Amino acid sequence: MNDERKLSRSTRFPRWLVSGPPLLFLLLLVAIPGVIMVFASFRYPGEFGGLAPLAASDPQTLHGFTTETYRFFFSDFIYVEVFIKSFVMALATTLICLVMAYPLALLIARSPKRSRNLMMLLVILPFTSNFLIGIYAWMIILGPQAALNQLINILLGIFGAAPVQLLFSPFAVMITMVYVYLPFMVLPLYTNLEKHDPALLDAAQDLGANAWQRFWRVTFPLSQPGIFAGSALVFIPAIGMFAVPELLGGIGDIMIGNLIKDQFLGTRDWPFGSTLAILLTLAVLLVVWLVAKLSGRGGRYA
Amino acid sequence: MRRGPWLWAAALAAYAFLYLPLTIVVIYSFNDSRLNAEWVGFTWHWYHELFHDEDMLIAAGNSLLIALIASLSATLLGTMAGLAMHRYDLKLLNFMVLAPVAMPEILLGVSLLLFFIQVLNLTLGMLSIVLAHITFSIGFVAVIVRAQLTSIDESLFEAARDLGATPWETFRYVTFPLILPAVIAGGLMAFTLSIDDFVVTFFTAGVGVQTLPLRIYSMIKIAVTPEVNAVSTLMMLLTLGMIVLASRIAPDVLKGKV
Repeated sequence: MNDERKLSRSTRFPRWLVSGPPLLFLLLLVAIPGVIMVFASFRYPGEFGGLAPLAASDPQTLHGFTTETYRFFFSDFIYVEVFIKSFVMALATTLICLVMAYPLALLIARSPKRSRNLMMLLVILPFTSNFLIGIYAWMIILGPQAALNQLINILLGIFGAAPVQLLFSPFAVMITMVYVYLPFMVLPLYTNLEKHDPALLDAAQDLGANAWQRFWRVTFPLSQPGIFAGSALVFIPAIGMFAVPELLGGIGDIMIGNLIKDQFLGTRDWPFGSTLAILLTLAVLLVVWLVAKLSGRGGRYA
Repeated sequence: MRRGPWLWAAALAAYAFLYLPLTIVVIYSFNDSRLNAEWVGFTWHWYHELFHDEDMLIAAGNSLLIALIASLSATLLGTMAGLAMHRYDLKLLNFMVLAPVAMPEILLGVSLLLFFIQVLNLTLGMLSIVLAHITFSIGFVAVIVRAQLTSIDESLFEAARDLGATPWETFRYVTFPLILPAVIAGGLMAFTLSIDDFVVTFFTAGVGVQTLPLRIYSMIKIAVTPEVNAVSTLMMLLTLGMIVLASRIAPDVLKGKV
């Protein structure tokens, strides 16, 4: 192995030449901005938005570093509540996506080889179109003048219940989030299910297992890595979402993303915005760590 | 193969869920009514309106220019990153390539906003958008190129070395032709990602520059107009074309995606 490495090195460019430019670019535009955000979260807000100076000649002006923004976050339950709500919303999105994606992925994985690629392409295509188009489509479908809302209200009227509005509700946010992220769940699930050996199911059948037993005791446990991968791919972007709650939700349906957006573009309190972003990052890392731990434990099935 | 009626029903329902909304948008883009509520009659009116909407045309021009520059740069840097990730075990590079793809987009958006204004003192506009788009596209190109490299027989490089090829000659005549489909597919992917991006663009565009997704966002935020149906339909066609092209050039790309 070592010899091979040495010999083949002569046909290669020096390592720094190939890895240098992309690494420098990404360090400059990903790592440094990340570090700056951490520092910004410990600063005071500037008088006219942005950040207050680090040093000031007038001691009355706020300057230097502080943990004030973090104290503020935990002192007001409103912010913690939005975090909890976002978690619940992202988790619900993930679970609904899982329930909807599983049969689809299973059907594709059990289809003849030549039709599998086309069936997967049909899953990927809607997701390659802009997610704003999906949002807009659901605004039309759930709108007060659209057939769905009218039909529901007629039915509610028959039973004497008050009419409801579908748009600008948590229901609208939920269904649109599921719509946007469903393909992210199908892809890793399919990749996993496709690899299953059909002989395992035959063996289970020969041993007297019925269809449900075959699913719960063979297919489902084996697909755990796919479930965890898909859940991470849905949960992580879902918890940072701000466009869906903003355009389809009511005032009470805002998520962490909306808070962050408001701090940076609305009230221009950058230190607090940075604090929220850092806390979101920590929340995501916590979830990734949890998923990695859980899937490590589930690994014994694989 | 076990594909019972329940499985079919659930899967077809999922397909319907995916396609129904987009179909409605396409159909209503030809509807002769200002309300997206019922079918009135066929019209090209909204497309006509679209092509005479100056703001929209400027936004489309900006989007194309940004996507072109960003995807070319991301293809170059992403291909290098893919080669480096395949050949050398560089943990830092792996992490840096995947981090912007794996985190919620809003985090990249606000951290770049902070960086551009606070550190570079840059006025937000085309340049900041292009830099931001390159940042999140590099990872996609790198992953596609690396996937292609793993399928290449290492002995080809050894043969080139035995025949006395220099590193540049090996790359020019052996490696590059072999990874070219993946490089093109990665470039098309970067182009699609750029032209479709809303979140990162939203934070790095500033006030002066509009792109197509930003324009759609501000339109649907104020009022639902059928012109959005028309522009959405055209954008879907463009993305569809890109994906079909990419899958023709490198059929494995779609399978190896994400």
